[in-house]
Amino acid sequence: MTTGSEDLLLSVRGVETYYGKIVALRGVDLDVRRGEIVTLIGANGAGKSTLMMTICGDPRARAGTITYDGRDITGMPTHEIMRLGIAQSPEGRRIFPRMTVLENLKMGAQLVAPEHFEGDLKRIYDLFPRLKERAAQRGGTLSGGEQQMLAIARALMSRPKLLLLDEPSLGLAPLIVKQIFEVIRELNRTEGLTVFLVEQNAFHALKLAHRGYVMVNGNITMSGTGAELLKREEVRAAYLEGGRH
Amino acid sequence: MTNTADTRIADSIRDAFIAALLVAVLGFFFLALRTDIAPGGLALSTRWGLWFTAIAIVFAVRLLLNLFVYRAPAGAPKPESGIGKMAHRLSGYSTVFGYVMFALAAALPFIVMALFPVQQRQYIDLAILIMTYIMLGWGLNVVVGFAGLLDLGYVAFYALGAYSFGLLAFYFDIGFWVALPLAGLLAAMWGIVLGFPVLRLRGDYFAIVTLAFGEIIRVVLINWSDFTGGPRGVSGIPKPTFFGLDFTRGEGGFADFFGLEFSTIHRFVYLYYIIFILAIITYFVTARLRQLPVGRAWEALREDDIACRSLGINIRNTKLTAFAISAMFGGFAGSFFATRQGYISPESFTFIESAIILAIVVLGGLGSQIGIVIASIVMIGGMEMLRNLGFLTQIFGPDFDPVQYRMLIFGLAMVLIMVWKPRGLVSTREPSAVLKEKKKIGADLIGQGEGHKA
Repeated sequence: MTTGSEDLLLSVRGVETYYGKIVALRGVDLDVRRGEIVTLIGANGAGKSTLMMTICGDPRARAGTITYDGRDITGMPTHEIMRLGIAQSPEGRRIFPRMTVLENLKMGAQLVAPEHFEGDLKRIYDLFPRLKERAAQRGGTLSGGEQQMLAIARALMSRPKLLLLDEPSLGLAPLIVKQIFEVIRELNRTEGLTVFLVEQNAFHALKLAHRGYVMVNGNITMSGTGAELLKREEVRAAYLEGGRH
Repeated sequence: MTNTADTRIADSIRDAFIAALLVAVLGFFFLALRTDIAPGGLALSTRWGLWFTAIAIVFAVRLLLNLFVYRAPAGAPKPESGIGKMAHRLSGYSTVFGYVMFALAAALPFIVMALFPVQQRQYIDLAILIMTYIMLGWGLNVVVGFAGLLDLGYVAFYALGAYSFGLLAFYFDIGFWVALPLAGLLAAMWGIVLGFPVLRLRGDYFAIVTLAFGEIIRVVLINWSDFTGGPRGVSGIPKPTFFGLDFTRGEGGFADFFGLEFSTIHRFVYLYYIIFILAIITYFVTARLRQLPVGRAWEALREDDIACRSLGINIRNTKLTAFAISAMFGGFAGSFFATRQGYISPESFTFIESAIILAIVVLGGLGSQIGIVIASIVMIGGMEMLRNLGFLTQIFGPDFDPVQYRMLIFGLAMVLIMVWKPRGLVSTREPSAVLKEKKKIGADLIGQGEGHKA
């Protein structure tokens, strides 16, 4: 588990986040190395999404440091953090419903030099052929699965080094979840994209991820490789039994 | 094949009939009825001949256009499904409609002078007024329609533009063409100054603060009488010159220079073309901005500002640019207003002005530029038309004062429009980014369950 710091893409140290007086994160430590898929699992309200949002700078961490690519990003405003090569597919997808699929993708490419657009678009359409069919349709008319694909595709259009995914499986049919996770695996394998995945769907997430963390009440309680965690009794009892599909 | 030709002719006739019907309805008040000044008030006369001729011309021209111009020549590939064809035709219509409107607007003063020699001044003046509101509507549309920020104090920038020119002319003797860009810049600057504290707010709070700002500007203009002239306003604002030529009688004037006979109408026509060009500039700048990353960011902001932030967009700066650009066009329109009136006072910049401009944007369909044109014509033109309801006294007796019912009828009309077209007159949104081959697929995909007609 010991690695040189040059290998670390994202490192979270002792981060505490509050909503007003309510504490959401109580000193979280977490690492994401280059080329890894790391997942964070936990129950509703454990603070998973809060950690992801804190990495993005909204809300800000009240204590601790977040380092990305050797740079302290703890106090930076969100839009500057997102310009460093971090892209996010936010919770609830948050696509632009009245804009077309193509316009949504253009929004993702906002910070990328325009000459890359055509090539990147083709790559995205290869990954998600459905989006090509739907290019001229409004985002709001897509199905849930297609919207999730669009949210991920939009994030990918910014050519990120680190992709943050917040509950991509939420409310989707198992088959679609499988498809989406397959694409993530593919991106990681072929392009070495680093992925940080927040999931409630622990079984799929741990199977996909190289390493995983378990969060309870704003604390990291367990960590290990995906396979290790899948075997742990506590994990099985809390997140897998009955919820497996 | 004969079957196709038959439906084509039937379609064309039906379409031409609808167009003729529209002319009949619209033209009833414009063409069929005519009020003349007669001893003891206005006399109503009818001109059925003119009305029928207009209907017949529209029917015939429309039919010919349908049969020979709009349709693809035989042998060319046609869009597959019926709905696809319709969508194709509709997008063609809106372009054609746009061109027709543009040509009509460009030639308007001459059409008016040819058709209504008696009331030409009144009509051109009305056209100037409508055009001013179209420009204001396009300016406000940037903030309200594109960026989705409900600005209830747009009149503040209109006032700032007007007073910038008025006071520059008063204190420094600066002419219209020099003051125009200055007024725009000043308004834009104030847009940014106001924007900084206000743009943190959202939704209702934002609306209320902009409303307050509009009132503050007006109150300052009233109370700072040493500088602004207070309620008396600023008078003697210079008229615009034509490359240094004044529109005055005698030597060195516009008419003299071009060897025309002097007529006061020249100045009105000139004013019309100034506002026409300003409006067209507003149109092209805002339409172009919409295609650029910043414009797309405005629209994305309207949809979901959290998603925008997660895409690395600086929300504050994006809103500020929208605000400043919108304010700038308000400022241009304001200085035009000042030069047209020759006199400005705080009374011209009350909340009702903001409300009218906002109503134009909302009625036109948020974000739709062509909708704003239609809404301006209907609202401003309609309000003026309602001033001339004199013939109603014949029905309701001589005590009936139509002017009092103007706002009532107007309000009723607005309610009806909102009931029938709750998203405004033009509620479809043109995508700002299109890859050519995909457009047709999209149109066909949207229409499901439509039979194949062709």
